[in-house]
Amino acid sequence: MRSPMQFKDHHREGRIFAVRLIWSGVIVLMLMLVLAGRMIWLQAIQHDRYITLSDKNRVQTQAVAPPRGLIYDRRGELLADNQPDFSLALIAEQVPDIPATLARLAEMVTLEEADIDRFWRRLRSPRRPWEPVPVRARLTEEEIARIAVAQHELPGVRIDADPIRHYPYDELFSHVLGYVNRINTEDLERMTPDEQANYSGTHYYGRLGVERHYERLLHGRVGFRKVETNARGRILKVLEEIPPLPGEDVHLHLDIKVQQAAWDALGERRGAVIAIDPRDGGVLAFVSRPGFDPNLFVTGISHHDYSGYRDDGDRPLFNRALQGQYPPGSTLKPIAGLAGIDAGVTDWQRTIWDPGYYRLEGQERVFRDWRRQGHGWVDMHKAVVESCDTYFYDMGFKLGIDRMHDFMIRFGLGDRTGIDLPGESRGIMPSRAWKRAVRGEPWYHGDTINASIGQGYMLTSPLQLAVSTAVFARQGEPLVPRVAQLTPPAASTEPTLVGQHQHWERMTRAMVDVVHGARGTARAMGQGAKYRIAAKTGTAQVFSLGKDQEYNAEELAERLRDHALIVGFAPADNPAIAVAVLVENGGSGGSSAGPVARAVMDAWLLNRAGELEVPPVAVPGAVPALMAGNASAESTNR
Amino acid sequence: MSNEFLRQMPSGRTFTGKDGLIWRLHLDSPLLAALIVLCLAGLLVLYSAGDSNPDLLIRQSVRLGGGFMALFILAQIPPRTYRFWAPAVYAAGLVLLVLVLFIGTEAKGAQRWLTIPGVASFQPAELMKLAVPAMVAWYFSERSLPARFRDVVLVMIITLVPVLLIARQPDLGTSLLVATAGLLVLFVAGLSWRLIIAAMSMLAVAAPLMYFFVLHPYQRRRVDTFFNPEADPLGAGWNIIQSKTAIGSGGISGKGWLNGTQSRLDFLPESSTDFILAVLAEEGGLIGVLLLLALYTIIIGRGLFISWQAQETFNRLLASSLALTFFIYVFVNIGMVSGLLPVVGVPLPLISYGGTSIVTLLAGFGILMSIHTHRKLLSNH
Repeated sequence: MRSPMQFKDHHREGRIFAVRLIWSGVIVLMLMLVLAGRMIWLQAIQHDRYITLSDKNRVQTQAVAPPRGLIYDRRGELLADNQPDFSLALIAEQVPDIPATLARLAEMVTLEEADIDRFWRRLRSPRRPWEPVPVRARLTEEEIARIAVAQHELPGVRIDADPIRHYPYDELFSHVLGYVNRINTEDLERMTPDEQANYSGTHYYGRLGVERHYERLLHGRVGFRKVETNARGRILKVLEEIPPLPGEDVHLHLDIKVQQAAWDALGERRGAVIAIDPRDGGVLAFVSRPGFDPNLFVTGISHHDYSGYRDDGDRPLFNRALQGQYPPGSTLKPIAGLAGIDAGVTDWQRTIWDPGYYRLEGQERVFRDWRRQGHGWVDMHKAVVESCDTYFYDMGFKLGIDRMHDFMIRFGLGDRTGIDLPGESRGIMPSRAWKRAVRGEPWYHGDTINASIGQGYMLTSPLQLAVSTAVFARQGEPLVPRVAQLTPPAASTEPTLVGQHQHWERMTRAMVDVVHGARGTARAMGQGAKYRIAAKTGTAQVFSLGKDQEYNAEELAERLRDHALIVGFAPADNPAIAVAVLVENGGSGGSSAGPVARAVMDAWLLNRAGELEVPPVAVPGAVPALMAGNASAESTNR
Repeated sequence: MSNEFLRQMPSGRTFTGKDGLIWRLHLDSPLLAALIVLCLAGLLVLYSAGDSNPDLLIRQSVRLGGGFMALFILAQIPPRTYRFWAPAVYAAGLVLLVLVLFIGTEAKGAQRWLTIPGVASFQPAELMKLAVPAMVAWYFSERSLPARFRDVVLVMIITLVPVLLIARQPDLGTSLLVATAGLLVLFVAGLSWRLIIAAMSMLAVAAPLMYFFVLHPYQRRRVDTFFNPEADPLGAGWNIIQSKTAIGSGGISGKGWLNGTQSRLDFLPESSTDFILAVLAEEGGLIGVLLLLALYTIIIGRGLFISWQAQETFNRLLASSLALTFFIYVFVNIGMVSGLLPVVGVPLPLISYGGTSIVTLLAGFGILMSIHTHRKLLSNH
């Protein structure tokens, strides 16, 4: 085997090999130096950059959402609380086959197409690895159980519990409390950077009602937590913590007993009831029917539920009490009468002959009284008790629209009441300037005559009616209605109306006779009352149908009936509640709306034994610092 | 050449006289000492990288024990025997490589293992890491140096046949190392620089072709990631970004043993296997890394020194190939972990957890020691 070796030039071979070995050594050393240089570059020169990256990896600042403040009525009844909600989420990195897992989950829980779409959208949007991607909220107990049983064959599937808003009374408070639902990018864009930071841990935001108006107060202040996590996002250590400041609880003036009475008395009819304590402006009842279930909105209302509400001809999402616009009709007469007396165009002794109609001198047009045969000789007292139109046509014409307008706006008509709820409508208190600006037409005498019985251009919301009634009950002292028991903002300092006390007393007496007098239009309401009620009925003509409303013939007749109205306060000599009731297409105010008002008054004024016992006024708390600057929250609402 | 060198070695004199016990056991004390220090240091790093899991440490120790046993046994076998058996072992290896493609055990998407039921399982590719350089050295031992063009063609065939078989499994890292082991012999056998440059330029042309037609998609992705890890920071780029972050955040003195946040909090993937250097760099800092590089340099230097002292073509070529292949391991692994090279599955030699590679590597050092300690017999001849 060794034979060829003999012919080899050992010396030369040794030299060749030695040279190559030296080369090898040199190359090895050089490359080792390259490695060392690379390490020096990374570890000495770029150290700062990488230590930052490493800390960013492991240390995370997490926002801790503050628990949302609770909402109570004046009796301490919980109207909005926070309850744990179980939601389904996937950690995509742990799921071997996402479509298969979703298909498997769809067998166990209800997954709508929209849920799946939303999941994929969230999965594809930028996110941290190992972050759970939500699939569905509001799992039922049964669904949780089904997933729990199969958990071992569903890697990466999680069930999380988060507190979400819950409204124990469903529909009852829907239009006054509003609701919360998922915060969206538009909400965040409207905020200042500070506010955005404050919402960094929060998923929900108040919509409508108390939830919206007191959002800042209910929300609280976000907390922060610096945590050390591993690559799977599991928290190993809390390095630093600033706890959140929980949202403030809000106590309302609302009384669940009064609210429930109003709700029940209205029954299935469409309408609104507002009750205000004239002593402090506290709103005791705020009802608009039909209502809706705010709980459906919290985690995102399903398409089915939403279109159910949207397509309902009764418009359950419409807040009639706050945004409804109705002619005040005859409910306006006591105030109109005072305007006439204040201006000196009439007095308590003056009488006129009512033939059943009124005609301006030298004009053909006839303004009819609701009673075709007329009321005969009528003075102010009788005109209010029997709701004589002719008396007010005559008086209104003599008063003129300018004086009528200037007097009535002091009762809050034609402007926002300033209630602590977003989105209230202004109503219309017409004037020459208004008509020229809006209609581009001059003011006619006929307009004045219509306005003097609360018809024509005049529109008010049930809330405005209640406020003007409360102002009346306070004998002209203005007031700002409040839903929450927080100190109201400084009331506007307008002069008290009608210097003479006796005019208020006499007008109140006329309103008492509306209920308790033999010929009063609201006699039905006064029967068996333990206290004296002052009230005024009204009917608002339904002048046109909405353009996209479709009714069958049977419904048409019902929907063409007048809206029934009543305003009133009690006890008449020492008012502790002012009420406005609207029943859409209710017909006569006295028989239809009157009993509703009575039920509400009873609920507030009578004790358990059925005896008169006027509850004390609420003692408002101080405005917490968080509410300061809440004006911005209000102004973003229309 | 003479045996005078023993007395010139400063360390050789104290530990290993010709009559010393270690010498008589055919072991080389400087190399052995360096290897033991390296392996013990490796166990320390592994303990931290494996989340202080003692099981991992025990299994690795068992493997190291097996490796040193192989080292000891192979050191006893005279180089002449290696040369005699080189063609046969090489041929057997080829047969096994073909077998593994058909009846191999699959793991992690690659078919690398050959299992003899109830007895053992091993990777034929590991055998080829030694058999290929031995075969090429054998080839040159029958011819005269320097290597010529005709030799290049034959050596290419000897090397590339097993390399392609291994690449089919697929195991890019090992096939690359086997190819390197074979081709390095060509280099030390005096292949002319002109041919080397020509081959390199051919490689430069072939590389893009390989990229498009030979590489598996997962291998292609690794190359893409190398050129632009930030393109997919949470996917393919994750490993290299986290690895560089671990190394860089270690700084000069490191975060301290068991205190590396990147590895302990699982941000660093493969932290106990291919990316274990990042753990050392994070916890031991630049100082730790430079000490490791020094230790590797000592081992490789000693290997080259043994080649320098070797007396026959086969011995010289095999010894230098083994030493240089070891260096390639070190360079490729550290290069890839620190972002100098694309990610190929090459472990950090004698430190990364697992693999038959530990046994193979130590077996290689056994052959080196055999070449060194049997030299006297040869020179007497």
